[in-house]
Amino acid sequence: MKKGWDEFEIGAMLRTFDGSIDNIAGTSQDDRSYSENSSYTASVADWRLIKPIFNKDYCIDCQFCWIYCPDVSIISRDKKMIGIDMDHCKGCGICAEVCPTNPKSLIMFPEQSEDEAEIASWPAKDEEK
Amino acid sequence: MAFDKIELRDLEVWDGNFAAAQALRQAQVDVVAAYPITPSTPIVEGYAKFKSDNYIEGEFVMVESEHAAMSACIGAAAAGGRVATATSSQGLALMVETLYQASGMRLPIVLNLVNRALAAPLNVNGDHSDMYLTRDSGWIQLDAFSPQEAYDMNLIAFKVSEDHDIRLPAIVNQDGFMTSHTAQGVYPLTDDAAFEFVGTYKPMNDMLDFEHPVTHGVQTEEDWHFEHKARQHNDLMVKVPSKIDEVFADFEKLSGRKYNPVECYDMADADVAVFCLGTSVETAREVATEMRAKGIKAGVVGLRVIRPFPFMEVADALKDIKAVAVLDRSSPNGAAGAMFNEVAGSLINTDSKVLLSGYVYGLGGRDLTKANLVDLYKELQANADAGKLTTQQQQFIGVRGPKLSYL
Repeated sequence: MKKGWDEFEIGAMLRTFDGSIDNIAGTSQDDRSYSENSSYTASVADWRLIKPIFNKDYCIDCQFCWIYCPDVSIISRDKKMIGIDMDHCKGCGICAEVCPTNPKSLIMFPEQSEDEAEIASWPAKDEEK
Repeated sequence: MAFDKIELRDLEVWDGNFAAAQALRQAQVDVVAAYPITPSTPIVEGYAKFKSDNYIEGEFVMVESEHAAMSACIGAAAAGGRVATATSSQGLALMVETLYQASGMRLPIVLNLVNRALAAPLNVNGDHSDMYLTRDSGWIQLDAFSPQEAYDMNLIAFKVSEDHDIRLPAIVNQDGFMTSHTAQGVYPLTDDAAFEFVGTYKPMNDMLDFEHPVTHGVQTEEDWHFEHKARQHNDLMVKVPSKIDEVFADFEKLSGRKYNPVECYDMADADVAVFCLGTSVETAREVATEMRAKGIKAGVVGLRVIRPFPFMEVADALKDIKAVAVLDRSSPNGAAGAMFNEVAGSLINTDSKVLLSGYVYGLGGRDLTKANLVDLYKELQANADAGKLTTQQQQFIGVRGPKLSYL
């Protein structure tokens, strides 16, 4: 059951953490205890129509996608590309656009595509480029 | 950074704008973001001069529009500061979108609204069109009838608005030019007494509290929006009236000046009454006294608190009288007047048999003269004597051309 009108804090305001926090700048994202209401915890990607699929076989960890992603949805740890945060990715396609490898390591597919099937039939290197 | 205080005389000669600027100075506002517009300009002009003369420790933000002014106020209030601004008319109209943001976000901001007509035709003089534009915006709305009250209502507005049980922004209305530019005697509090009354700002859910990060201004769709709006309405209906009464009582103890949500003048034994706002209240009081000398038991009801509308107090004030005229200083443009509707809403389902008639007057700064009010009281007495309306329900006062009456 969702809360009634008298059961939540006023002001269309959400808390990122339950209780207080300190040294947040020195705590990596994975180690932060985000609240249920934090937009980090919640999925905000339900209107995505196309999605990026990541093929790590061609990735050179250049970090272009990580830098360009407008929604911080590229998961990179120790300068290694790990994958995509699909709870936050809106499917804008910028990561695939800026990916410099040949073939690309990130390609946009319809939302309902199967990742494994698409990776199995990944495009070959474009010899003309 | 230290700032200087001002030693005020017991009695100062201030217009409504300067009185409001002095109140903002004494409240030690942290951020004023403003885009000056006639007739409210001298409020922010006065405030800016206080700042440049080192009487204020705070930020004055110059912005590119009234929409930006209120947006900056919202940001500053969400960050955790005491915030105020001023505007009028077209500026208020441009600000309307952000008014709803401020109240929905439950941010205490004090807005001095110096009432002025809305174009077209363009007009800088006083009427209540801009006041009416804020009616459903979710702000607490107070009305000052004089420079003294403009000063007092500002201090009261901060104290009500910032209370953690309330956390709703407040508008202080005053009539453009008639109050804002007319110098009168004003009894101010000392700087220390005024600040002690308003109190040190106590932040709540502020963005500058880095140990408790918050997101302000979130999106909610059909699953949450209604609950937020319901809560805001509930708090305006249930919590704000008693808080206003409490702050009015505190202010009376401090200043000796007693305010009420509904200001009754000679209403105890009145047969007929005029219900109005702003400077018209003072004119009506003078005429009511003169009418009593002529044998008409006249009274005046002035509305101090416009939102939350004091339904019970209005009904109580009017329950025993025979006829009341509700004055609307804004063109209803195809309806009964807004105040007429509010007063009718207060009286319906009560035992009162008071005859209710509505009058549109004073648009674009047209004077409401004493002669107008003498005629009005005579008309009300005729209604009372006849036991029914002797005119149509809606009329115009002081407009040239063939007589206008409707309904």
